[in-house]
Amino acid sequence: MTYLPKPKLHHPELPKNDLGYTRRDYEGSISTLCAGCGHDSISAAIIHACYELSLPPHRIAKLSGIGCSSKTPTYFLGASHGFNSVHGRMPSVLTGAAAANRDLIYLGVSGDGDSASIGLGQFAHAMRRGVNMTYIVENNGVYGLTKGQFSATADRGAKNKKGATNQDAPIDLISMAMLMGASFVGRSFSGDKPQLVPLLKAALAHKGPAFIDVISPCVTFNNHEGSTKSYDYVREHNEAVNFLDVIMSRQEITVDYAPGTVEVVRQHDGSLIKLRKKADEYDVHDKIAAMEYVQKHQAHGEIVTGLLYVDTDSQDMHDHLGTCSTPLNALEGETLVPGSAALAKLNASLR
Amino acid sequence: MKPIEAINDFVVKVANVNGSGSASANQMFAKSILRMGVPATPRNIFPSNIQGLPTWYEIRVSEAGYRGARGGVDLMVQMNPQTWNQDVASIVPGGYLFYDNTRALPPGRLRDDITVIGVPLTQITNATYTLARERQLFKNIIYVGVLSALLDIEPAVVEQLLAEQFKGKDKLIAANVQAFQLGRHYALDHLQCPIGLRVRRSDKVGDAIFVEGNAAVGLGMVYGGATVCAWYPITPSTSVVEGFTKWASRYRVDAQTGEKTFATIQAEDELASIGMVIGAGWNGARAFTATSGPGISLMQEFIGLAYFAEIPAVLVDVQRAGPSTGMPTKTQQCDVLLCAYASHGDTKHVLLLPRDANECFEFGAASLDLADRLQTPIFLLTDLDIGMNERLVAPFAWDDSRKLDRGKVMTAEELEAGRDFGRYTDVDGDGIPYRTYPGTHPTRGSFFTRGTSRDRRAIYTEDGAAYQDNMERLLRKFETAKSYVPAPVQKNAATSTKLGAIYYGSTSDSMEEAADLLAAEGVEIDLLRVRAFPFNNTVDAFIEQHEQVFVVEQNRDAQLRTLLINEGDLNPRQLVRILHYDGTPITARQIAGQIRASLGLDKAAQKEAAE
Repeated sequence: MTYLPKPKLHHPELPKNDLGYTRRDYEGSISTLCAGCGHDSISAAIIHACYELSLPPHRIAKLSGIGCSSKTPTYFLGASHGFNSVHGRMPSVLTGAAAANRDLIYLGVSGDGDSASIGLGQFAHAMRRGVNMTYIVENNGVYGLTKGQFSATADRGAKNKKGATNQDAPIDLISMAMLMGASFVGRSFSGDKPQLVPLLKAALAHKGPAFIDVISPCVTFNNHEGSTKSYDYVREHNEAVNFLDVIMSRQEITVDYAPGTVEVVRQHDGSLIKLRKKADEYDVHDKIAAMEYVQKHQAHGEIVTGLLYVDTDSQDMHDHLGTCSTPLNALEGETLVPGSAALAKLNASLR
Repeated sequence: MKPIEAINDFVVKVANVNGSGSASANQMFAKSILRMGVPATPRNIFPSNIQGLPTWYEIRVSEAGYRGARGGVDLMVQMNPQTWNQDVASIVPGGYLFYDNTRALPPGRLRDDITVIGVPLTQITNATYTLARERQLFKNIIYVGVLSALLDIEPAVVEQLLAEQFKGKDKLIAANVQAFQLGRHYALDHLQCPIGLRVRRSDKVGDAIFVEGNAAVGLGMVYGGATVCAWYPITPSTSVVEGFTKWASRYRVDAQTGEKTFATIQAEDELASIGMVIGAGWNGARAFTATSGPGISLMQEFIGLAYFAEIPAVLVDVQRAGPSTGMPTKTQQCDVLLCAYASHGDTKHVLLLPRDANECFEFGAASLDLADRLQTPIFLLTDLDIGMNERLVAPFAWDDSRKLDRGKVMTAEELEAGRDFGRYTDVDGDGIPYRTYPGTHPTRGSFFTRGTSRDRRAIYTEDGAAYQDNMERLLRKFETAKSYVPAPVQKNAATSTKLGAIYYGSTSDSMEEAADLLAAEGVEIDLLRVRAFPFNNTVDAFIEQHEQVFVVEQNRDAQLRTLLINEGDLNPRQLVRILHYDGTPITARQIAGQIRASLGLDKAAQKEAAE
């Protein structure tokens, strides 16, 4: 971590977005993670994505569990309410928050220990419940705060810093998210900002559960030879199926692309995802094919990245519940309380 | 042995097979007594099973209005051969046994100190109906018909109830009335009717309503403005959520659009359900969960977070016997300490202790106000006896001028006007800080919620002084809670006495009846019914005013007594344990017996206490 806070004063010529905010308005307090931590790059990408999308910072709620990754919401979006909850239980807290106010944008930040070990159940159920959120796992395959134990996403055969080998099968959160009903699934690498930022933007614009697995090397406990989550390993084995740009509906939409190499995906809110395909045969709308592709490459030790699956007709939890368009937390007593006349009738029916 | 003669004061118990469709027939039987203006209190005694195991329905008829379990059976309606021996044994001397005598019983298995009434129910049913399901269901109605003749219940009352139950299905009404008359006429033609036990029309029911505690809690949540309910099914609390959803579907759905102003979310487990409640409470919705002891055990970590981070949440705990899975379908008051001090670290929580369905409604609505006002988890502690039995209670009441108390919430306008906001700053001296809902203001009022230590402005710190400052403020807030929670109800004896009794929740009916029993013998006791924790200061005063105070509860370890001693710095010797924890509700006779024994009044009393 650094002990040198950035000055509060902004450069007068700092560019502003549509809302008149600068990049600095999306920042949080100084990170206390290790220097070079992949998680800090993800925080920077979140700041970048929110700035470029011109999201009002205070309309975003950021929630996390416990762990290094879950500390990061303090380091971005300082004008947003944040909630550092219980280990592995961010999904349920976020679900309740989303139920209470459907108008905010929900950003869940978790780690591989938080989501794949202690919180695997809540991770899965938040996906199948269709909670409208962007769920990021900052995945380093290791427990940082307790100093270097393997997590459930560590690959079989991966070596830890002390040389011990992981014997347990890894949990692939991408495949799980697709199986459990996430309607937007992507994977990226903390060191690949050009891929990660548009992926985050597309996820934030998506309606329904959007899941992004971000491989994020732990510089202290999981960046050595023999690790499958190190910077070097991921760079060598990264197999991107596409790169994307996101064009918001309010921007002028001019799409120029060479047929066969670029696909345009329109989301609920009118935003367009422009996919520059790398793997021509890859279809982001075909969940079964996507799962097969991811698994096949994984078997060869390749990490497939990019936008892996998107359902543009997705529904969210509020659609399932049939709740009113006014956020539940804004309803007043006049709407909520049936009153004494109704109670008198009810009493009569109980005699 | 002379058969018992009693009018409007006796106990009938029906022994059935679970899943045989007897529940609605039994409920109608109980209601027919109520419709004659005579108070009657039913209790379901049921197994953790869907079909096949024994189940009982016990009705205490009491013109005096006693609602507690009495103990002993005056008329046993024996419809389940599996439990023949124990059922016959439970009849008091001089009592009655009504059974299905289609098949001959083995000789020597009937008592000679009871009146035995045999009706060939199976034979009658099989002769009248051909479908198996019809035979099963109408047999129940036929025994209600027999009972109406035996107990002198007006047939028109039962027919009216059948008409209400099957409203709009005329065919079913006619068929059920026919079955009812079949049983009734068989009894009138073949048996001596009525027997010594009789229902005589009275006017003691008044405007009382007949309702289950769980349904009342659900209704209280609707009236209290709950919008998010997250839960996981568990006996005996499940019908709280069913009740909430039923009432909310009636009152909170837009007639035009079908949009709902509530969300009921069935979670994957209790950890998730409390997590959702806390997330919703943090975000400004009124949220609750309903569970039982095992669920509270699972929620411990989250409860500590909500206490420390000061997030409103309501937890309904319909208590059942523990520990572990315990006896899931039996009643106890065994989660008092678990809830009062839930979670690791120093915590204390507000408990509300309703006595019946009326208070379930009232406290249910109040719990949501308290949660918002005090920004902390509120526990509504009921139990299976209150929750899953229909009771005659005072009608629900609501004051239309009442407003939802959302507590201290700073608005966008106040922030815009420059009002200072520090999330954990005690600006009013009552220990309760202001909060903001997420998304309130573009630049002011945001804060970071966490379970780790922070300063008064919610900035992370591991500084010990800041931590301690916060923990002490939480104690001040708990002190403030005393003035918001329902006050205890005191009822002094007719003459001055040095004896007192403290009780709460579902033991209240039996305790108050026991006080009447003892007063008739010259033992006067002042009564204090505790309705909440933290205890009002009057509780300590009450104990100081009496030499001996009996603390009545349904658990092994005298949990409320422990809480009183711990919180009040009291002399333990002053507080006498009156306990009952076999999973059945405590009776007035048991309480009176234990009190007599404790006072060394007579040997016979000790024998009665051991019953």
